[in-house]
Amino acid sequence: MNTLTEKTVLDFVYAEARMLDEQRFDDWLQLFTDDGYYWMPLTHDQPDPRLHTSLLYEDKLLLQVRIERLHGKRTFSQQPHSRSHHLLQLPTLESMDAAKGEAVVRTAFHYVETRVDEQQLYAGWATHTLVMQDGVLKIKLKKVELVNCDAAFGNIQLFM
Amino acid sequence: MSKYRNNPAAVRALVRETEVHKDAYIDQEVFDLEMEQVFTNSWVYVGHASQIPNKGDYYTTTVGDQPVVMVRHSDDSIKVLHNRCPHKGVKVAGEGCGNTGKFFRCPYHAWTFKTDGSLLSIPLKNGYADTGFESCEASHGMAAVKNVHVYRDFVFCRLANEGISFEEFFGDSLSTIDNMVDRSPVGKLEVAGGVLRYINNCNWKMLVDNQTDTCHPMVAHESSAGTAVDVWKRAPEGTPKPMAVELFAPFASPYEFFEKMGIRVWPNGHGHTGVSDSIHADYSAIPDYWEAMVANYGEDRAKQILGECRHNTVYFPNMTMKGPIQAMRVFKPLGPGKTLVESWTFRLVGAPDILLERTLMYTRLINAPTSVVAHDDTEMYERAQEVLHSRGREWVNLQRLYDGSEQPDVSTVTNGTNEWQMRNQMRAWVKFMGPAAKAE
Repeated sequence: MNTLTEKTVLDFVYAEARMLDEQRFDDWLQLFTDDGYYWMPLTHDQPDPRLHTSLLYEDKLLLQVRIERLHGKRTFSQQPHSRSHHLLQLPTLESMDAAKGEAVVRTAFHYVETRVDEQQLYAGWATHTLVMQDGVLKIKLKKVELVNCDAAFGNIQLFM
Repeated sequence: MSKYRNNPAAVRALVRETEVHKDAYIDQEVFDLEMEQVFTNSWVYVGHASQIPNKGDYYTTTVGDQPVVMVRHSDDSIKVLHNRCPHKGVKVAGEGCGNTGKFFRCPYHAWTFKTDGSLLSIPLKNGYADTGFESCEASHGMAAVKNVHVYRDFVFCRLANEGISFEEFFGDSLSTIDNMVDRSPVGKLEVAGGVLRYINNCNWKMLVDNQTDTCHPMVAHESSAGTAVDVWKRAPEGTPKPMAVELFAPFASPYEFFEKMGIRVWPNGHGHTGVSDSIHADYSAIPDYWEAMVANYGEDRAKQILGECRHNTVYFPNMTMKGPIQAMRVFKPLGPGKTLVESWTFRLVGAPDILLERTLMYTRLINAPTSVVAHDDTEMYERAQEVLHSRGREWVNLQRLYDGSEQPDVSTVTNGTNEWQMRNQMRAWVKFMGPAAKAE
């Protein structure tokens, strides 16, 4: 992939969701830039991940811990494993600068996380800030805003 | 015929010296009695004064199963009112927080109440003339909780009109609140950074028990803290240790560490882990913070304040506090098998922002619905709740390091893996069940 077009950006978003649902987490982590972040704000229109807490605000190291933990022999909360399903609406390109290799794309989603008999439905919007690095499209920030981000949830163990 | 209501001997028999019967965790009647007695006769945490700084500011919450509203009255005092209109029973103050001005107005029929609960006005008041209204309870307005105590901005109430005093109930355990407040260079805390709320499908007492359970981190948290340590080991040499690793790693400490750190118990079910050492003892120094502390307290006192490393302090019945990391959790009972956890964080007024940032990261990593450490714990609580009804065994065991000479309601320091504090909580539970658990 060398050029940034609307199609490459949209294809990227679909492929990323598929990776998560197929539990190819190691591949998924490689989609992030080294300084990339995954952010799930706790409140609506939360401007600041640093001095306001979030559901998740994790760099690559923390995401790596999360992923390795999922398959640990003594990770009892994943015995049996959780599974996920993403249903994406057609993403909209919020901005794109092909020359700079930067794009922001927003995708409405429904997300289901299941574990044995329990199934939870979440709904929200994912905003990807993408950058082209050495001809490869990468995630600089994935921001996941839940429509009910301020609700009291049970365990959320996988990635939206 | 009920098994536990009006049967104090049966309730009393649920708690032995070192064992608790499963019904204390799963039985609806026992839960109802806890709400009517334990959460009524104890001093329960309501909220923090910084949430309602101005006259008319309010915050709605629950004390046990009772909906209340904490409000700043016109004389600047803090009132706690039962959040129910005396007319048709509607919730008066809406969810969350706000400013109600000089009075509350019920959204159903516009009855209004002063912020101390007293009835201010009723539309078409003449309709109540000569009806004997003055002798109805409705004429007294929203019921105010008589016993409210604000300690260094932490607001507690005792719903029961009569009972143990605030000072006697908490005694020396207030030293944990003191230490957390003193960590601010100006001696002031503010609720900051939002509140993480999540549901655990388990009895509230399991969460309280877990606070001083020092034999589980190296086992249950091997998956999270252990993995964090492993991932960090692979980082290239010379990489500065990230804050997150510093927060995670101590959970993987060996038994010996937890044995030596010590546990302190106080009367009435309070106690804490981390007397001489703790998982919070070894965080990196924050630039400018020490200087600000010394400027206000002097070097000796600053050293003493920051030298406290208390891990979890349990304030019986359902609040727990971490002074060194400025975090607090409230376990709100929703049913025998359902608890709402609220994970609160505080800003040390006058301290650098990075302390709040560390507090927020800690809470997000350790006490959140998305926290891998909490996933470890929740799995254990929920597995217990799922199978406690088993008839294979009847009791939950709290016997570790029990010594036959152990006295109730004492202040003492013991081995960090002693389950004394869990026994202490259950003795307080029996005590504050009051008439519902009187021995024959």
